[in-house]
Amino acid sequence: MKEFLELYQSKEQGFTITPDMFVDIIHESPEVTLPPKTAQELREYTSQLTFEKLDKPAIIIGMGTCGLANGAQSVYDAFQEALKKGNIEAMLIPTGCVGYCAEEVIVDIKLPDYPRISYSKVTPKDVPTLIEKTLINHEPLREKVLGIYSQGEKNSWGDLPEISTIPFFKIQKKIVLENCGVIDPENIDQYLIKRGYEGLQRVLKTMTPEDIIASVIEAGLRGRGGGGFPTGQKWKFARQSSGDKKYLICNADEGDPGAFMDRALLEGDPHRVVEGMIIAAYAIGATEGFIYCRAEYPLAIKRLKKTLADAERYGFLGDNILNSGFSFKLKIKEGAGAFVCGEETALIHSIEGKRGMPRPRPPYPTTEGLWGKPTVINNVETFANIPVIIRNGATWYASIGTETSKGTKIFALSGKVKNVGLVEVPMGTTLRQIIFDVGGGIPEGRQFKAVQIGGPSGGALPESVIDTPIDYENLKEIGAMMGSGGLVVMDETTCMVDLAKFFMTFIMSESCGKCIPCREGTKRLYETLERLTQSYKNENDPEEALLRFQGMVYIERLANVITTTSLCGLGQTAANPILSTLRYFRDEYEAHLYERRCPAGVCKELLTYKINTDKCTGCTLCAIKCPAEAIVGERKKAHYILSDKCTRCGQCMMTCNFDAIYVE
Amino acid sequence: MQSSENIVRKAVKKYGKGRENLLPILQMVRKENNYLSEDQLREIATEMDLSAADVYGVATFYSFMDMQPKGKNIIRICKTITCFMKGKDSIVTALEDALGIKMGETTPDRKFSLLEANCIGWCHKGPAMLINDKVYVELTPEKAIQALEEYR
Repeated sequence: MKEFLELYQSKEQGFTITPDMFVDIIHESPEVTLPPKTAQELREYTSQLTFEKLDKPAIIIGMGTCGLANGAQSVYDAFQEALKKGNIEAMLIPTGCVGYCAEEVIVDIKLPDYPRISYSKVTPKDVPTLIEKTLINHEPLREKVLGIYSQGEKNSWGDLPEISTIPFFKIQKKIVLENCGVIDPENIDQYLIKRGYEGLQRVLKTMTPEDIIASVIEAGLRGRGGGGFPTGQKWKFARQSSGDKKYLICNADEGDPGAFMDRALLEGDPHRVVEGMIIAAYAIGATEGFIYCRAEYPLAIKRLKKTLADAERYGFLGDNILNSGFSFKLKIKEGAGAFVCGEETALIHSIEGKRGMPRPRPPYPTTEGLWGKPTVINNVETFANIPVIIRNGATWYASIGTETSKGTKIFALSGKVKNVGLVEVPMGTTLRQIIFDVGGGIPEGRQFKAVQIGGPSGGALPESVIDTPIDYENLKEIGAMMGSGGLVVMDETTCMVDLAKFFMTFIMSESCGKCIPCREGTKRLYETLERLTQSYKNENDPEEALLRFQGMVYIERLANVITTTSLCGLGQTAANPILSTLRYFRDEYEAHLYERRCPAGVCKELLTYKINTDKCTGCTLCAIKCPAEAIVGERKKAHYILSDKCTRCGQCMMTCNFDAIYVE
Repeated sequence: MQSSENIVRKAVKKYGKGRENLLPILQMVRKENNYLSEDQLREIATEMDLSAADVYGVATFYSFMDMQPKGKNIIRICKTITCFMKGKDSIVTALEDALGIKMGETTPDRKFSLLEANCIGWCHKGPAMLINDKVYVELTPEKAIQALEEYR
């Protein structure tokens, strides 16, 4: 679709619309009067943008990286080809991720005077049927229908469910994600029509920086990146800091394993983040800003580049923004694959062109940040909350959530759960609701065991505490933290010691090495866990057994030392996976330690492979396959595994045709 | 040697000599040259008026700044928790077998490098990998090998 400004200015009207006017018009400001013809054209254009009134069908395809990875491009191509072949007039519109990632590729079709209908798991093969049934015959393709979005259209699709009533969306409250998967993220007009940049215009015209800060404080917004520091307070400190120049940084270095909400926001609704940043810059008095985005997110970086260029063209960025006299320049800084750069002081060093290592705080960046100047660093999701707070008011925002934590939180749901994807719920929702109501529970009839919240800085929580309403304080109390909001669900096939070991491996390799507790301590923690989960070879070595017990005796003390003495947030939370699993799954540690067995059957070197002599037919297949020559037996008679020779490779179990090999 | 000098000069000219431009300059040189050679690091240091040790320190800090010659196509397999839970190891083995190299190595024809990466944000669709800038998700050993074919 062509942009209105482009469309309009290309005509000889004797009347030009400036971007500033366009924003006024689109937000129905009474101050602007247009010639009737222009007004009519504009109405037509906007009704097309919202799909309310169409003269031809619109086909909206979810083309976030999520959709693309599932073949959205080939679906798009198939539509394009089929439409051309059948000489059918329709618009093809790409959009971002709606969050229901388990159901991608999602294709919505909006026919004139019909509610928008959403199809899931669409493949290129479905395209001809979809075109024939829905576009031509105006019938739904029932087996692929996800739901509909009604806006009071004349015609109906019969008894199809509203999208907001299906279980995945029912308890969600989409405030920050409202546009993701609905608009075309690369089309600035589509964002504008969804009341985009209205907040910016309001603050520039009617609010002082102090008003904005007061409003954000009243709303009760807290940082969504981890610690949960009150955003308004942070801005206030930066505002009060003296300095000729101030900086604003968006932390898009989302490195937590299991977190992808920032990626989805940047790919699905980048203008919202940018608008939030401009408002923040105005509030604290920053003239220059950076978005620090990690290199692992190529599509997000690409979309951001276009977003910044468009915002500048419309006059939302650059000099004299919307004729207010306020100027703000925004640049993208691409990361280079260092997890620690998500820590704010490390991130500052990285932007300055140095090794991304943290430094002690205070001084906090709000007084001494980038190049020694006052700097505010907020997370992507935090900025994305700002426009809606300004638009709908602080009181409205503060009415959502719990006593201490306001608004909604986006969680990235993954792991052993049926409906994976992005979930936005009000603060105070329980983990059980997210995992079982939205997530649909555990697949393959397995049992829920734990959920890891907040990545390597968070903790693994068992079923006994998942009824706790989620907010910053409650999570801390039960031994986890909000972190960025990744939720990795685990079932009974996950070993918690192995999980803790996994996170220690991660932290150990990502530790920047500046302070000793984190650099050395995490390594020692890792070694302790490694001794627990490995070492069948020296099972009878008394020294090894001594080290194993000694490690476990001191593990909590060491973990606490790391927590209290590390330099930055990364180190201070590095031991959390161990502390939380020790707290809730101590029995598993004990089984590994005393009984030398892994209850979940994950830690290979603790397993004993055995042959069920009743089932074994003596086919010799396993003995031939065994690389360690650990299987003995006569042909046609039951075989045996020599435990001290066995390397636990599991080849025999995979080879056996009679299910005769099992593990203990 | 002549050509690498040009890349460095080009990059410094594009971004400027300010310290804050060191990362973009390193990124550009790495991209054009497939890796950063010690000679190039020294040239960057001279051009930007920094010590060679300083530039080396920054370059080696970041995992995306390859210090060894890398293949034309870089495969980065997500090594973190969900991909691991969903069987990332079998994908690694399949790719190692298909390419005839081990993790961290480059094929002799310089077409592929096989590396591990931190979470690439595809936890819900693991195991996942990036080949250059393209994401491949919900991998099976077959799908992973098939993905290679696009780049052969």
